[in-house]
Amino acid sequence: MSRPAEGIPEPRHRLGLAALAGRGRETAVGGEDGPCGPDVVGGLAAAWAEAVAGTSYVSMSRSEIEQHLAGLTRQLVTALLAEPFDPTPARQVGAAMVAAHFTGTETLNRTVALLATELPARLGLFRDGCQGPVVERVAAVQGALAAGYAEALRQRTLDEQEAISQAVFVARDQTEQALRASEARFRAVFAEAAIGIGVGDMAGRILEANASLLEMMGYSLEELRQRNVRDFMHPEDAASVWRLYDELVHGQRDHFRVEKRFFRSDGEVIWTHLTVSLIRDDRGHPTYQVAMIEDVTDRHLLQERLRYQALHDPLTGLPNRALFLDRLSRAFETGGRDGRVGLCYLDLDGFKVINDSLGHDVGDQLLVAVGQRLDACVSAPGRLVARIGGDEFIILVERSGSTQDVVVIADHVLAALEAPIRVGEHELAVSASIGLVERPVHGTTPADVMRDADITLYWAKSDGKAKWALFDPERNAREVARFTLSATMPAAIERGEFYLDYQPLVRLSDGQLVGAEALVRWRHPEFGLLAPDRFIGLAEETGQIVPLGRWVLREACRQARLWQDRFGQRAPFISVNLAVRQSRDPSLVADVAKVLAETGVEPGRLQLELTESAVMGTADEPLDALRALSAMGVRIAIDDFGTGYSNLAYLRHLPVHELKIAGSFVEGLRASAADGSHVVDARIVGTLVSLAHALGLGVTAEGVETEAQARRLDDIGCDSGQGWYFARPGPPDQITRLLS
Amino acid sequence: MSSVTTGPRPLPAQVDLDRPSAARVHDYWLGGSHNFAVDRELAERAERIVPELPAAMREYRAFLRRAVRFCLDSGVRQFLDLGSGIPTVGNVHEVARAVDPAVRVVYVDRDPVAVSHSRVMLADVPDVDVLHADLRDPERVLDSPEVAGLLDLDHPVAVLMVSSLHFVPDSDDPAGVIGRYREAMAPGSHLVLAHATGDSDARLVGEQAARVAALYRRSADCLTLRSRAEVTALLTGFALVEPGVTRVPDWRPDTPRTADEHPHRNIGYAGVGRRV
Ligand SMILES: C[S@@+](CC[C@H](N)C(=O)[O-])C[C@H]1O[C@@H](n2cnc3c(N)ncnc32)[C@H](O)[C@@H]1O
Repeated sequence: MSRPAEGIPEPRHRLGLAALAGRGRETAVGGEDGPCGPDVVGGLAAAWAEAVAGTSYVSMSRSEIEQHLAGLTRQLVTALLAEPFDPTPARQVGAAMVAAHFTGTETLNRTVALLATELPARLGLFRDGCQGPVVERVAAVQGALAAGYAEALRQRTLDEQEAISQAVFVARDQTEQALRASEARFRAVFAEAAIGIGVGDMAGRILEANASLLEMMGYSLEELRQRNVRDFMHPEDAASVWRLYDELVHGQRDHFRVEKRFFRSDGEVIWTHLTVSLIRDDRGHPTYQVAMIEDVTDRHLLQERLRYQALHDPLTGLPNRALFLDRLSRAFETGGRDGRVGLCYLDLDGFKVINDSLGHDVGDQLLVAVGQRLDACVSAPGRLVARIGGDEFIILVERSGSTQDVVVIADHVLAALEAPIRVGEHELAVSASIGLVERPVHGTTPADVMRDADITLYWAKSDGKAKWALFDPERNAREVARFTLSATMPAAIERGEFYLDYQPLVRLSDGQLVGAEALVRWRHPEFGLLAPDRFIGLAEETGQIVPLGRWVLREACRQARLWQDRFGQRAPFISVNLAVRQSRDPSLVADVAKVLAETGVEPGRLQLELTESAVMGTADEPLDALRALSAMGVRIAIDDFGTGYSNLAYLRHLPVHELKIAGSFVEGLRASAADGSHVVDARIVGTLVSLAHALGLGVTAEGVETEAQARRLDDIGCDSGQGWYFARPGPPDQITRLLS
Repeated sequence: MSSVTTGPRPLPAQVDLDRPSAARVHDYWLGGSHNFAVDRELAERAERIVPELPAAMREYRAFLRRAVRFCLDSGVRQFLDLGSGIPTVGNVHEVARAVDPAVRVVYVDRDPVAVSHSRVMLADVPDVDVLHADLRDPERVLDSPEVAGLLDLDHPVAVLMVSSLHFVPDSDDPAGVIGRYREAMAPGSHLVLAHATGDSDARLVGEQAARVAALYRRSADCLTLRSRAEVTALLTGFALVEPGVTRVPDWRPDTPRTADEHPHRNIGYAGVGRRV
């Protein structure tokens, strides 16, 4: 550092001049009043600071700068004045300037200029006119300072460049290391991932694949690299898979996710969730594709199993109701205008007995065997055999040609079940009843055909076993009507839809009206006026006959009371039909007593008509009831006498007052036929009449239609007659008029 | 003020010497040689647009020195220098330790070169540390081992953002960032802010400023110039120290200066806020 810079002249002149002698030597330098005194140095430093202000950045305030430069000034002055002269310390001043960061280019320029002017001037060196040596010394000092400055600045620049390069190197190393570390992490993720990952180029060539993918596919990396993504097309792939793929490789989408099947190298199929993503370069050009493949085969198989289980009967392995209904509705969806569908709904006859007597195990095995036979004799494309409940099976014919198709199947099934089925040591004879429905799908619904198949199966069952029945819309309509009637009957009673007509009972001897039979009618809001034969049987089946009969009794008695009030002794008795079921109703006696009491009708003016079967051959209770009624004074008549089994001997034990001879006997009395049949009938009627009279019973003939009949009956001795010859059933006014 | 906490910002993943860096450009203007041709090129092009830029940059550095001394006078003995750059000359610890050798300093910068250079230079300096982080992640900075190891946030601290916050665009919510530092600062702490402006009350008019900002767009650091009002708003929540927000050279100058002494040098505003 301190070696003299080349090109700077060695000082040759001493400044041992008079002008300076008084101011002392080096010893005096720095003294209070010497050239290095505070005033001179301070002034110089201030001038220096002013000159270089703003030319460099130094981390000092103005006064600090002046202070700092004062130190350097002192050094310079000392060097300038030193004897012997040696400019070397000025080099250090130059170096110190660089150290303090007076490094701006302008700073050195102004400093050198200042040394040439201000320094000697302020030291008064030009005063004595001997400028020669001074100039030389000053130049030497300038040169030394500049050399020291240049040297230090060069060194500093080199150091800083070195430092910053080093910093770059270190920083680079560190970021690269971080990059390598993160790359290594990603590599590890790639390599260790449980999910299969593959990288391909935009042409579909496979470049990279991780271990999971290789294992999943059963290929080595080399093998996989020979292949193209498109080689992994699977025939069952959804069309969208490869459309999405094309969009991706054309850069139109950045990723997609699908379910896809793959063939493994061993030909096995795996099910996967596949996600493919597009990787673009810095400029956004598609460069790579990354596929992530998750093997979901197990999940898929499980799902299939669950789906199968949900749609199949675990016992027989046949499709279950859910699958059947699904296929049925699909048959409707695809049937169009002309498609037809057929159902054979079958149910084993007497299965319950087998189950109950031989146990569920046997029952179950029987069902399995039946299922197998059905499957064997029916299964064909477009047909489905399903077990849809206990011992109920159904055969769906998805595209039947005609009704004949299902009939043939039904015959097949019945035949197939003829041979006994062996279950364990049991040989079981089974049969089935089958309800058949076959029709165009247009205009009907799956629910309709199911309901109709159910009804038809019921018909088949009630028609006798081991039969099939075909759905019959008319029969169905009738049954529907019957059902509707029985269902609406209770409300109809309340709404007053029923009313009574009356038909006169006439004494044959003098034509006097003695009684009136009450006949119930239903003015149905939908079906119109209904005669009793349309609804009485139904009412007996459903039990509605009891409330209906009670209503008829009360209504008839109400009318009887009107006549009783109006005509006194001439008033007719009223005859009311009692159904079998009514006659067995335990509250019958009480009901009648109550109605009589309420209406105030004399018991003798009420006659109850029962059929033979209701009275005879029954248990004791009805008889007890009849006896009680009879004891009450109510008349009991046997209706339609002669059509039942007419146990005449039994009659004497019964509390009966009147026999009504069925119209069929009376009919014979009408003709003046030449064949003489009327003679036979007349004899039978005559016998009946005399028998009845012998037992103290009155006789009424039904169905009297002609005057001749009336006359003959009268001749025979029959007491009363009823029929169109006298009057048809009509409103109560008709009776009233006849009496008045 | 936004308190949304996002994940730490990714620091530059690569040292890209093809792009200039604000730290090295700044070094160049301060007369340092810690720079490369790309940096000098940006500096020289910027100088062609605004010739007094180098001088102005020195004013930032001078403000930093004055502000550090002011903080020391106010009793602060610990410093967090956010966006510290390359320690060319007059670094915070040097300025501060001239007054009190016990001062502790943590330098923070996101420029990897600046950071590694700082680490080398400061390797043997006790109680000074360097953190490579982004100042927009206050939590990351404040919870770092460097800060936790040297600074005691229960005591006053000076948080310096000298010539660095203008590299934070509005979309990164600079006020929110400052707010999150403020929350961590004990009463008696100071926020030291010096910020570039495009205010046209000086010769660095908007258009010139925009051209300089455009130059920086090619560097790793984008420049956002803010008005005096905006800079003042950034100090919301602090008590402004006299004389408030001023042109950089006018903030507590060493020697009283006349108003028009540097009429051309308003390229930025400075201010110091005190946490009360
Ligand atoms: C112009 S220098 C200022 C250096 C020093 N503070 C001064 O005033 O002399 C700006 C510095 O801020 C740094 N910087 C910019 N944005 C930053 C950020 N978001 N986080 C940390 N440092 C940042 C740059 O890397 C650069 O070193």
